[in-house]
Amino acid sequence: MTAALTISNLQKRYPNGVEALKGISLEVAEGDFFALLGPNGAGKSTTIGILFSLINKSGGSVQIFGVDIDENFPLAKKSIGIVPQEFNFNVFERVIDILVTQGGYYGLPAALSQQRAEKYLQKLGLWEKRFDRARELSGGMKRRLMIARALVHEPRLLILDEPTAGVDIEMRRSMWDFLREINVDGTTIILTTHYLEEAEMLCRNIAIIDHGLIVKNSSMRDLLQQLHTEVFMLDMATSLPPSIALTGYSCRRVDDHTLEVDVDKGQTVNQLFSLLSEQGLEVSSMRNKANRLEEMFVSLLGPAPLEAVDES
Amino acid sequence: MNPNEKWVAFYTILIKEIRRYLRIWPQTLLPPAITMTLYFVIFGTLIGSRIGEMGGFTYMQFVVPGLIMMSVVTNSYSNVVSSFFGAKFNNSVEELLVSPVPNVIILAGYVMGGVSRGLLVAIIVTCLSLFFADLEVKHFGLTVAIVLMTSVLFCMFGFINAVFANNFDDISIVPTFILTPLIYLGGVFYSLDLLSDFWAGVSALNPLVYVVNGFRYGVLGVSDVDVGFAFAMLALFNVVAFSFCMYLLNTGKRLRQ
Repeated sequence: MTAALTISNLQKRYPNGVEALKGISLEVAEGDFFALLGPNGAGKSTTIGILFSLINKSGGSVQIFGVDIDENFPLAKKSIGIVPQEFNFNVFERVIDILVTQGGYYGLPAALSQQRAEKYLQKLGLWEKRFDRARELSGGMKRRLMIARALVHEPRLLILDEPTAGVDIEMRRSMWDFLREINVDGTTIILTTHYLEEAEMLCRNIAIIDHGLIVKNSSMRDLLQQLHTEVFMLDMATSLPPSIALTGYSCRRVDDHTLEVDVDKGQTVNQLFSLLSEQGLEVSSMRNKANRLEEMFVSLLGPAPLEAVDES
Repeated sequence: MNPNEKWVAFYTILIKEIRRYLRIWPQTLLPPAITMTLYFVIFGTLIGSRIGEMGGFTYMQFVVPGLIMMSVVTNSYSNVVSSFFGAKFNNSVEELLVSPVPNVIILAGYVMGGVSRGLLVAIIVTCLSLFFADLEVKHFGLTVAIVLMTSVLFCMFGFINAVFANNFDDISIVPTFILTPLIYLGGVFYSLDLLSDFWAGVSALNPLVYVVNGFRYGVLGVSDVDVGFAFAMLALFNVVAFSFCMYLLNTGKRLRQ
């Protein structure tokens, strides 16, 4: 099967001398739901920008479904749908016109563009707003409008750059459901996000980029299995005694009813519950202190804010 | 893209452009109608009646072709510069840049959008002028050709201005400080015969002289300059402007990083 995206030794040096990409290589399989993560200034926006054709690469090659962008970028572009981070539509235009115009840019006849616009506006809950000017939409609606616009020409590869930034949780979850649905229907999806929970829930494979280099590229499952310690917060049904001894586990008393416990790789939660039961302690609920991917991300890149790369 | 898809893309940009200026017609179509009517009343009727004949025609008949061309030039230019810079400013130009639309189609779409506004304003102004002067077009084909070439040229100038502009001041500097003086000194209101040899020579450097006189020849059959030379100059300016526009689009200068 041809890969949806193949990046080989991709480099970008800006005129001011900043080396945003130092030769990254990456492959995204067709049908994948892929996360591209990294701290601010790591190079992910530059990578996405090159795929969007808004940034010219300095070296390396990019193939989209086997089509080299240096040989036939217009053909490669027909396979890509793009949802950028910033709103980039004319806010004075009507919602329906934005979609139909986008279809026209991809050579779709007006009738087909209208039909597709209706399909995706319906699916994304914007059909009732089709005659509204884009500026009248809420932030979440504008994000969904950009997704609908990116799908009008029914691309095989959808690239979303921070698609749920600033979107409330309810709306975010409905967008996740929609993205899962189109992925199941066969659309390959590449996602960049700052919500690591989002990446963990949606994506099967992941690449982490930092200082212009890929520092990790694996399946989500493999990556999370490398996590050495998970921290759990246990809400107790009764008050905790002043001192607790859980042999083999490192634990901290947060307050009268909350216990924080480190569970290392190789230890089990069952074993922890047994020890608590032996001491007559009952757990009413339990949750991860931090998202597992977030812990992995921090362990790979370090907790301190990284020096931002100036990509201007 | 196959030819049919390219045609759809071109038509889409053109329709979007037409829809834009029709939506804001009080800013795009009404002002030239009011301004030109005032020109006709003041320069043609009130002052013109005291000036008498110029180039063998009443002053009103003499200035009408120049005023029509002035509308074509300013509206063609301002349509593309404001639309393309607006798209750059709100980033909606990215919709086009990330799509498979060839650069020449992007340019053609914006230019023809500007030409359609230039021609629409020309028709409005011509209709208004008929209330003030009798006009009989002497060379219809040449008149249409000069209008089209002029409109295309100034649409491309507007495109270049939009690509280089960083803010809204930048898109008003060229029309205010370059275009307007060139139009006023381009022989719209006077015959070059009235100028001394020195100033007539200086005027020969003004491209608007060829535009105005070429059009005046098409309508009235008289011109201060050789019409063949005017036509050739216009064609040359078009080729140079087109080449520069394509260079900007192909290299992505000021559009892509």
